[in-house]
Order: sequence, then C-alpha cells, then structure tokens
Amino acid sequence: MPQVALTVNGKQHTVEVEGRTLLVELLREKLGLTGTHVGCDTSQCGACVVHVDGVSAKSCTMLALQADGTNVLTIEGLAAADGTLHPMQEMFREHHALQCGFCTPGMVMSAVDLVNSHPQGLTEKQIREGLEGNLCRCTGYHNIVKAIAAAWPLMHQKAAAE
Amino acid sequence: MYDFAYQKPSSLADAVKALSADPDAKALAGGMTLIPVLKQRLNKPSLLVDLAKLGLVGITVSGNTVTIAGMTTHGAVAADAGLKSKIPSLSEMASFIGDEAVRHRGTIGGSLANNDPAADYPAAVLALDATIKTDRRSIKGDDFFQGMFTTTLEQGELITAVEFPAPEKGAYEKFRNPASRYAIVGVYVAKTAGGVRVAVTGAGQGGVFRHTAMEQALSANFSPDAIANITTPVDGLNSDIHASAEYRAHLVGVMAKRAVARAY
Ligand SMILES: Cc1cc2nc3c(=O)[nH]c(=O)nc-3n(C[C@H](O)[C@H](O)[C@H](O)COP(=O)(O)OP(=O)(O)OC[C@H]3O[C@@H](n4cnc5c(N)ncnc54)[C@H](O)[C@@H]3O)c2cc1C
Repeated sequence: MPQVALTVNGKQHTVEVEGRTLLVELLREKLGLTGTHVGCDTSQCGACVVHVDGVSAKSCTMLALQADGTNVLTIEGLAAADGTLHPMQEMFREHHALQCGFCTPGMVMSAVDLVNSHPQGLTEKQIREGLEGNLCRCTGYHNIVKAIAAAWPLMHQKAAAE
Repeated sequence: MYDFAYQKPSSLADAVKALSADPDAKALAGGMTLIPVLKQRLNKPSLLVDLAKLGLVGITVSGNTVTIAGMTTHGAVAADAGLKSKIPSLSEMASFIGDEAVRHRGTIGGSLANNDPAADYPAAVLALDATIKTDRRSIKGDDFFQGMFTTTLEQGELITAVEFPAPEKGAYEKFRNPASRYAIVGVYVAKTAGGVRVAVTGAGQGGVFRHTAMEQALSANFSPDAIANITTPVDGLNSDIHASAEYRAHLVGVMAKRAVARAY
C-alpha cells in the first residue's frame, strides 16, 4: 500500500493509505482527529476545511496522497499546548458564533486563513465573501461575521477598528 | 470511490508517458472537479497522474502577453500583480471562481481541460483570443472547445500554459448560481486589436460560444445601446431547475450590456 508522510499539528506521521483515501479520512480514521467534519461530502459546505501548507483546503476533496510532504493544521492544533484558545476560537465563544457546532471547525479554519491573508484590514463584505465556501444552517452567519471581525485586531495585534 | 493507482512524476515527459500508455489513466490537477466526479463513481480511472510536481506554476508578463502556467491556481491568478496591471478583468474573474478553498487548489489547466458548460475560464479564453499550449502543440481558443466537457486534447496531452494577449479593455459579468457559484450565465466582453469578442458561458447546451451578432454591433459602436435590441435565440440554450432557456437568453443580453458598460 502507498504511504503518506506528512506533518499534522506539528507531529510527523507516516501512514499507509489507498489511492482513494481522502485527506479527511486519514485525519479522522487513521489519526483519530475527529474535529474535522464531513458535512456534504460534495465540496460545497466547508465543514472539512483544514490548512494545508498554511492555506485553507477542503479535506474531503483532497486525496491523502496529495498531502504527502505537506504541513496540515486541523482544528485540534489551533489552541495552545496549555489549552489557551486561539483568538478566533475565543471570539467564536465570546460572540456566540455557533449553535449546533457542526460547521464550526471548518468555519474557524477558514476564518483564521481569511484573517491571516488580510493583514491590511478586513471589511464585513470581505468576511461574508470569504465565507462563501462554508455553510452554516443555524446561526444565520451574523455572529460568525462579528466573531471574525473581532478576532482580526487580536490576531494582528492592532487596536480594534472603530 | 473505486480505488486506483497513483503517481506523482517529476517531469512532464514522464507524466505524458504514463498517461499515454494507459487509456484509463487520468491527470489530476487541483482535484476540485475530478475528485467529486470519482466520488460519484462517474469515472473509473486505473491510474491518477498527479501534475503537482511538474513545475507548471507561475505567471509571466512579456510585452502585451500574459502567460499562465497550467497548474497555476485560481487564487494565484486572482492575486498576481502583473496580470492585474495587464488584464484586470481576468484577475477579477478568477477571484469569483467558487470559494476561497476551491481557489487555493483549482487550476486553470484543469478548468479548461474539463470544459464544464458553466465554467468561467472557457469564456475568458474565447473572449481574449487566448492560445492553449500543450506538451506537443499550440491550440487557438477558437479551436479548443468541442462541446460540453469536450476539447481537442488527445489522451495523455497536457495543458502546460495559456497565453493571453492583453485586450484594450474587457469585463466579465457573471450571474452566479448562489449555491455552487458557477455561472448560470456569464458573458466576457473584450475589445481586442482584432475587434470586439463576446463569449458566453453557462447558457449554451454545447458549452461556451461566441455571440457574433453582438460582436459585430459592438465592433461598430462599443456601447451598451449598440446591443440593446439584439436578442439571443433560445434554441440550444440550457433549461434546468435554476433557469429556463428563455430566462438565460434574457440574461445573456443583460450580462453583455453590463460587461460593455463596465469594460476597463
Ligand atoms: C464548490 C465548487 C465551486 C466551483 N465553482 C466554480 C465556478 O464558479 N466557476 C468555475 O469555472 N469553476 C468552478 N469550480 C470548478 C473549479 O474551478 C475547478 O478547479 C476546475 O473546474 C477544475 O480544475 P482542477 O485543477 O481542480 O482540475 P481537476 O479536477 O484535477 O481535473 C479536471 C479534469 O481536467 C483534467 N486535467 C487537469 N489538469 C490538466 C492539464 N494541465 N492538462 C490536461 N488535462 C488536465 C483532469 O484529468 C480532469 O479530467 C468549482 C468547484 C467546486 C468544488
């Protein structure tokens, strides 16, 4: 069987997979990292978003073998080792940006990428457009957008925009 | 998904060889179309040849021509400063393909080889009179598309780059399906050295097409008024749960006028 060598949340793994094994299956079933969810399984909903080499990717639409040699970050790797939440997680909690929580791991991972990739600032419109690949069926998005706007200054160590 | 063998060759020649040796082998680029297709078991390749290690990435500007390598992602196209200064309408178009995560992986070569009847890049290639470079030849955009999901590519032939001559001005207007973000109708209008070119995606049953009646009217007078009375025949247009053929015909006119008005 082919092997994949990759780094997940800072830890090096070498795993045997089939050609057809998806990255999300490797994460959930081989490594036990079940924080990454499978929602629609048709590349639309974004519940499975992780970071591959620093940018968001839908792990249900990537073969495990395509991730060979990459650095993967999942929702489990976001908080500090002592359990201190990442500012994005903290702001999701603070602003009540989740209800059932199913979409949340993907939302948070997309949101972190969105904030990272906009060091100059992030408007509400950009946040809404940036979340186009993440569906939420309960919050109506408003609190998610608020949480991301609130996380931007924390992540870029700037004063909150008025 | 049915299982398959997988290779990630490090040279174009090896990739072409592996694909040519086996009629059931398929190239894998961003996987944003191919993997969903495999999940639905609509395709059963024996072997996937991953193009990720062929070095087919990057955008170069030379004089009035912008060359985009085949494995360049939509996100990289949208962000490239050189392209933005030469063909801003093309970088804007790339920024509206799918969503952030899709744009991080989906590629120009994959989109063109796939020739989805609702995809955006085919409209850009036709409107901008682009040339598709493969491992063995150059193909004019006008000759490349052969009806939905069909192109002139041979088994094992790989898109290595796409050459876009910069137009005087242009714009792409897309009426998006709110769920998939694909075009229900998209119209790319470009004022080029050789005249005005109008390409329509999302509407035709046979995939992308040029709207010659509009091209003639706009070559004489580049203004939305010039095409206000041009209707698009309903014959051969798509009709589905998202839009009837009549509605699509109407949208072609609206999108074209908006594109002309906004051309930059
Ligand atoms: C949620 C979602 C939304 C999307 N929205 C849009 C949209 O709004 N507009 C739009 O245009 N597209 C959209 N797409 C499609 C997206 O643009 C894909 O990236 C693209 O269609 C295929 O590119 P790929 O690199 O992923 O190719 P793959 O899926 O890897 O391959 C597609 C096909 O092309 C062949 N191929 C790939 N590369 C080459 C090459 N270099 N030479 C020859 N053959 C090759 C493969 O063998 C395969 O048959 C969307 C996709 C998703 C999942």
